[in-house]
Amino acid sequence: MQTQRISSPHLKPPIQVTDIMKGVIYALIPGIAVMFWLYGWSFIINIFIAISSALIFEAIALYLRQRPVKIYLYDGSALLTAILIALAIPTLVPWWIVVLGSFFAIVMTKQLYGGLGYNVFNPAMVAYAILLISFPEQMSILWQNISNEGQSLNLIDSINFKFFNELPADISIDAITSATPLDSIKTILSSGAATVSELKSQSFDNNIYGVIAGSNVEWINLAFLAGGLWMIYTKLITWHIPVSMLLSLLICSLLLGYGIDSDLHPSPLFHLFTGASMLGAFFIATDPVSASTTPKGKIVFGAGIGCLIYAIRTWGGYPDAIAFAVILMNITVPVIDYYTQPRVYGHDK
Amino acid sequence: MSINSVSVNLKQKVKNLFTYPGGVKVDSHKIHDDDTNIRFCNVPERLTLSLSQHIGSPAIPVVNIGDKVLKGQVIADQTGHISARIHAPTSGIIEAIGQYPIPHPSGLTTKCIVIKSDGNDEWLPHKGATNPESLSPYDIRTYVENAGVVGLGGATFPSAVKIDKSPGVRIHTLIINGAECEPYISCDEALMKQRAEEVVLGARLIQKALLAKKCIIALEDDIPIAYERLTEITRHYLDHKVDVVQIPELYPSGGEKQLIQILTGLEVPTKKIPAQIGVSVINVATAASVYRAVYQGEPLISRIITLTGGALKTSTNVEVLLGTPIEHLLHHAGLDEQRLSRLIMGGPMMGFNLPSAQLPTLKATNCILAATEDELAPLEAAMPCIRCGRCADHCPMSLLPQQMYWYSKNHDLKKIQDYNIFDCIECGCCSYVCPSNIPLVQYFRYGKAEVHKDRCQKEKSDKARNRHELREQRLEIIKKEKAEKRKHMAARKKEMAAKKAKEAAEKAADNNPDNSSLESKPENEEDPIKAAMKRVQAKKEAMKKQQ
Repeated sequence: MQTQRISSPHLKPPIQVTDIMKGVIYALIPGIAVMFWLYGWSFIINIFIAISSALIFEAIALYLRQRPVKIYLYDGSALLTAILIALAIPTLVPWWIVVLGSFFAIVMTKQLYGGLGYNVFNPAMVAYAILLISFPEQMSILWQNISNEGQSLNLIDSINFKFFNELPADISIDAITSATPLDSIKTILSSGAATVSELKSQSFDNNIYGVIAGSNVEWINLAFLAGGLWMIYTKLITWHIPVSMLLSLLICSLLLGYGIDSDLHPSPLFHLFTGASMLGAFFIATDPVSASTTPKGKIVFGAGIGCLIYAIRTWGGYPDAIAFAVILMNITVPVIDYYTQPRVYGHDK
Repeated sequence: MSINSVSVNLKQKVKNLFTYPGGVKVDSHKIHDDDTNIRFCNVPERLTLSLSQHIGSPAIPVVNIGDKVLKGQVIADQTGHISARIHAPTSGIIEAIGQYPIPHPSGLTTKCIVIKSDGNDEWLPHKGATNPESLSPYDIRTYVENAGVVGLGGATFPSAVKIDKSPGVRIHTLIINGAECEPYISCDEALMKQRAEEVVLGARLIQKALLAKKCIIALEDDIPIAYERLTEITRHYLDHKVDVVQIPELYPSGGEKQLIQILTGLEVPTKKIPAQIGVSVINVATAASVYRAVYQGEPLISRIITLTGGALKTSTNVEVLLGTPIEHLLHHAGLDEQRLSRLIMGGPMMGFNLPSAQLPTLKATNCILAATEDELAPLEAAMPCIRCGRCADHCPMSLLPQQMYWYSKNHDLKKIQDYNIFDCIECGCCSYVCPSNIPLVQYFRYGKAEVHKDRCQKEKSDKARNRHELREQRLEIIKKEKAEKRKHMAARKKEMAAKKAKEAAEKAADNNPDNSSLESKPENEEDPIKAAMKRVQAKKEAMKKQQ
């Protein structure tokens, strides 16, 4: 019989940290599957490089910090961060960029700040931002061309290209890479080469506009939306951040763009389903450690991210904006949390 | 008047219930044993009765070692304003009076009276009020006080004090709390099913004592039989309005503050008690004890206890004499010691684990949970907080446990008070849902204790500083007084000297009345000396001559 003092409550918690991390990873599966279908092997190789390097960095950092390596390695947080990095960066980048990404995320952003639970910034997004600033070329054009005419690489070719920068003789680098649809559409619209309605016509530039939000990318977003809704349904995350983020993105694009001139600005739906909108809303902005923690604060935090995404996409220099928007809002979290405390029972209304 | 407007609101709202934020749905694990009567546990050989099994001053023994006592006889009397009597639960001999361990989180011992049973269980002659329906509030209170009734929901506040009509406080709503929301515990459920009439009649007495307009008996909706029986009995008594209300099953709906919120939509202001908003909450078992005290003249010497858990052969509700050793109860329910992992008094959400079974039951003992290893949470290392906010989502008080945890851990006493740590009711919802296994409630108890300690120390140092300052002031005054005195003395000395001189001068003037002017005074002063010296010289010369 246990006779030492054990504090109440005595019941088993219904869910553990590891279960949460696992659940989030399961929810990513539809998105990963669609991306694999579209991008092929190079994407899967990125995931493997990211995971293995992240776990190695995590283990080394934990060992050096004299923390129990096994317990923390199995909590699943490094695994999740690694997958998010792999989902965010272009598929055809060389292997060492992925490894650098893991390093910045796990060592610089997480472990140096105190490990799980102590990081101020979202590790995957800091890694992405650093890589984007350090290697602007690789990070923007090395997305695999997924338009119908692009040639694709098989597993062996992908490995050769990633690790040894060798391509089969009959394939040129320009043929297999492209910028993201969001990037291309932004360039086309801002240069005045075409209007939104022209973009929408099937024949324009290999149907780059897709059905609503950029060819193929919209399917990826739809898959992440499905995974995200499942997470809300199973209470892995609350609705506050994704809903407020998507809603503010929708309202911003409606009021500041589409509502003013629907020929120069793509529709609000475009913004919701292009780039990394859904991945960002459900999987990145909801990282609990670096997000706001009060219910009202989560709404403010999400809304802030949505506005910043629209601002950076429309007026900024970078095509997509999830990383910068999330990092900027991470900075404001202590203030948001302080001013959004719920009214406690029995206190004045 | 705000109270009047409140009671008007109540009339409209009592049927449609209010909700509170948070709470958790937990597997109830309750024994819904229906139509079996509540059995009595047999009388043990010895009963140990703690003198402090209620809130307030400990009772004072009125018996001596070796005295023979009858069942129901007062063995310890109340003292001070908040206290309760203790009666002998069975007949026997007072064997010892001294310090014994009791079930308490602190593990400290308290003064207890040990009765050795004589096996006869012989009652002291007693009878209830002849016409209980027409008693005055004062009479009801006296019966309750004599019977040593305390709140049996866990707080053990002396009921006589609670139902005393203090001036300036008007109770408009009496809530009889049958919402037994903790998992495993079903003693109130058994009482409401088997002794519904006692509950209703007790409730009516308390309502009368408090002059409360409304009386609501609240219970969770998972025990329809109890609801039916209570409703049926209230139909017999149409003169007073007693409502029986079912509330949704959710933990911690039986908490006083939550129950008030569910039934009335009112919130007890922070740092205040329910009476200040005109509400009083009393447990169903307390109501039944009030009934017994008034109708039968029986003091509180027994209570219903739930014996449950995987390590027992049978889970059951039994009526137990106060002071019965827990070991005796476990034996009664068929304990398998091999399987026992943790022994808990109370429920798994708020109860505390006992270091041994050789402890007596108290008026507050509602449940003994003999749990097996796989029934309860293993002792696991806590992971870091990932700020997921599940704790805040489930907090019925709308607190932010994640922030309170952070500041408790960092010993930031000001911040934890800013985050209203003293509004925490320690229900355990936050710890229960924490995916990182952080014992949050323990941190909050620690935080509260530290703040308390800090306050005491501050008070002490304030007192010391005050004392020091007063002393300094006093010393200053004394110094001043001394200086004043010295000055006074010096002045007086001078005065005296002047007076003396004056007197001498006067004397001299007397001797030489012609010479009274001030200018001639020095000469006058010299004169007597010169004269004396002359006299001495003359004397000396005369002596020399003689030799």
